[in-house]
Amino acid sequence: MRLVIAGGLVADPEAGKAEVADVVIEDGRIKAVGPGLAGEAGAGTRKGETVIDAAGKVVLPGLVDAHVHLREPGQEHKEDIASGTAAAALGGFTSVAAMPNTDPVIDDRVGVEFVKERAAAVGLVNVFPVGAVTKGRKGVELAEMGEMAEAGAVAFSDDGRPVSSGEVMRLALEYAGMFGRPIISHCEDTDLSAGGVMHLGYWSTVLGLKGVPAAAEEVMVARDIILARLTGGRVHLTHLSTAGSMELVRRAKEEGLAVTCDITPHHIALTDEAVRTLDYDTSTKVNPPLRTEADREALRLAVREGLVDLIATDHAPHHLDDKDVEYDHAAFGISGLETAVGLVVTHLVGGGHLDWVGVARLMSANPARLLGLEDKGTLRPGADADVTVIDPEAEWTVDPETFASKGRNTPFAGLTLRGRVTETIVGGRIVVRGGRLV
Amino acid sequence: MPLDRKDVLTLEDMSAREMELILDTADSLKEILGRDIKKVPTLRGRSVLTLFYEPSTRTRTSFELAGKYMSADTVNIATQASAVVKGESLKDTAWTVEAMGIDCIVMRHPVSGAPHFLARICQASVINAGDGMHEHPTQGLLDMFTIRERKGTLAGLKVAIIGDILHSRVARSNVWGLSKMGAEVWLAGPPTLMPPGIERTGAKVTHRIEEAIEGADVVMVLRLQLERQKKGLFPTIREYSRLFGVDRRRLALAADDFILMHPGPMNRGVEIASDVADADHSVIIDQVTNGVAVRMAVLYLLLGGSPADMHRDLEAGGEGK
Repeated sequence: MRLVIAGGLVADPEAGKAEVADVVIEDGRIKAVGPGLAGEAGAGTRKGETVIDAAGKVVLPGLVDAHVHLREPGQEHKEDIASGTAAAALGGFTSVAAMPNTDPVIDDRVGVEFVKERAAAVGLVNVFPVGAVTKGRKGVELAEMGEMAEAGAVAFSDDGRPVSSGEVMRLALEYAGMFGRPIISHCEDTDLSAGGVMHLGYWSTVLGLKGVPAAAEEVMVARDIILARLTGGRVHLTHLSTAGSMELVRRAKEEGLAVTCDITPHHIALTDEAVRTLDYDTSTKVNPPLRTEADREALRLAVREGLVDLIATDHAPHHLDDKDVEYDHAAFGISGLETAVGLVVTHLVGGGHLDWVGVARLMSANPARLLGLEDKGTLRPGADADVTVIDPEAEWTVDPETFASKGRNTPFAGLTLRGRVTETIVGGRIVVRGGRLV
Repeated sequence: MPLDRKDVLTLEDMSAREMELILDTADSLKEILGRDIKKVPTLRGRSVLTLFYEPSTRTRTSFELAGKYMSADTVNIATQASAVVKGESLKDTAWTVEAMGIDCIVMRHPVSGAPHFLARICQASVINAGDGMHEHPTQGLLDMFTIRERKGTLAGLKVAIIGDILHSRVARSNVWGLSKMGAEVWLAGPPTLMPPGIERTGAKVTHRIEEAIEGADVVMVLRLQLERQKKGLFPTIREYSRLFGVDRRRLALAADDFILMHPGPMNRGVEIASDVADADHSVIIDQVTNGVAVRMAVLYLLLGGSPADMHRDLEAGGEGK
């Protein structure tokens, strides 16, 4: 089995350059990357060889999403591993880290094994379970991180909720360090955010909606950074959304602490004004909330300056019934896997904030490193043959009805984006070709 | 088109011209309230539903009477006695009543933006009768009507709005409406009850009630929801009353011919002293009467009446005298 992706602009996050080259895949692994390989191999002549013409396209190590909600077990009406990984594949993601806020919570070995087995049976892309930090995500007692790590949990998180107790978070950081796994922290002071449904500011005032201050996030970002300093533990701050958070991360990194962070495509693309523009459309309701233009500008600046380690979707699919209600009653979350590349290309690559090597770092190499996936996020020979091919100029209109995800909850419906995933290759197998599931 | 819109949801999105049209129409319709037989055929054959998810005396009653005085068929759903208590969603309730041929839904709802949701899923006109902390546009209009009736104009007046601005849909509608009509709006209340960024609307914010009342032509006192104290937004009712209670002494700072307003229901002795609420400058009862006239105007203009036809309609009603 030999697959050649010929003539694309190959972005190599390790070498830090992008050049036109061929990528040769054999037996599920990267065989070689370089110019002229397709010709030498006698493209199309060999038996069992497939050639993908990637001229004019961008070839990246398969994208890795460190933050998705696949909802299985327990909330299969919102999403399941089959539909969620199909959405991932269409979105160009070859690996996803599945958050444990399922029903039941993934907080022990059995849960981790269940997700892995289901993913092996029905998943279109690689699924790496994230285990809960605390039993039942209740924030009180540590979950069995050791056994979960053995079973294949790549990180720990109570995502959807913070670990509110500073003491429990301190212990978690110390304990998880034993297994070399990061704690992915959902930074939210739930006293400050209580009852809030959008960013606290001018637009929440105009719309009469209860606001969540930027401080609700920043207070916890500061706490987690201080606890990382205390424990030497590895904390990853997920879905950061404010200028203040970026300033805190800047200082932590200058100090050399083991702190990393991600931002989401929707916080780059939209501001809190969208709640007004879209007339209380509940697809704009997300946690953390869409922030101000100043915050959005600070996130873009942080991307340019390299403060942002990765981009993660926080893919949060919901059923129509969870969203087709009054704003206060609607569920938080955006179905993000299938719009991520379009948003990143349109808003970051298009805006000159990120080049293609940067995309490969933020969406492939760095998330793979965070999750300890040594053979992913890279095109080095011998690595897993996970590859994403993007047509950087293709314009397309977001139509939630075409989503593979069961979650049609997106504020981007009807929007035209630039940059579309054409091929997704997982372990040498073509899962998406010509923008469609194979 | 008299009012070129399907719904009345906010004053934020309403132009000064539209508001003037409503106030002028209300001026003409108010005359009906003084007749022996309060009935004109204007809205005969049109149906109006009042759908109230929160308790209300004056708003619901005045909408219902406004409809009846113009011969609309009005029905009322009290959510406590409806399928809502069986967990029916707003979407299903809306589609159910729409299937019965309702032309206009007047809704009060505890969630901000709920009328927008309703307007999006319904063909019927939707009138927001108060949504969460967002807006109460007909209250804003009736307050503006009352001020204009007394002062002749809104432009150039100093209007002080006192109290819990944060949770007040009445304040928001008045801020938008009065600002667009050229009044100078002052907001006074404790910082914990003042929403962030409100000054971007053009309103002036102060935490000293005296600064707001000084030279004011209109003093509008908001109802203090007593349960806010339990949430720690201010220490005690007593201290609130001392710092922000409107009384005779403070009103002495206002313009000589000031008017005093309150959207009701009042907490006498808390945000407003009983003696001033009942005194000469108070127009609180006028507000209630004008509420009917303004709601008649809104229903009339939304349900297809045009100012040109109105005088004919009024005379037709007169035949019934």
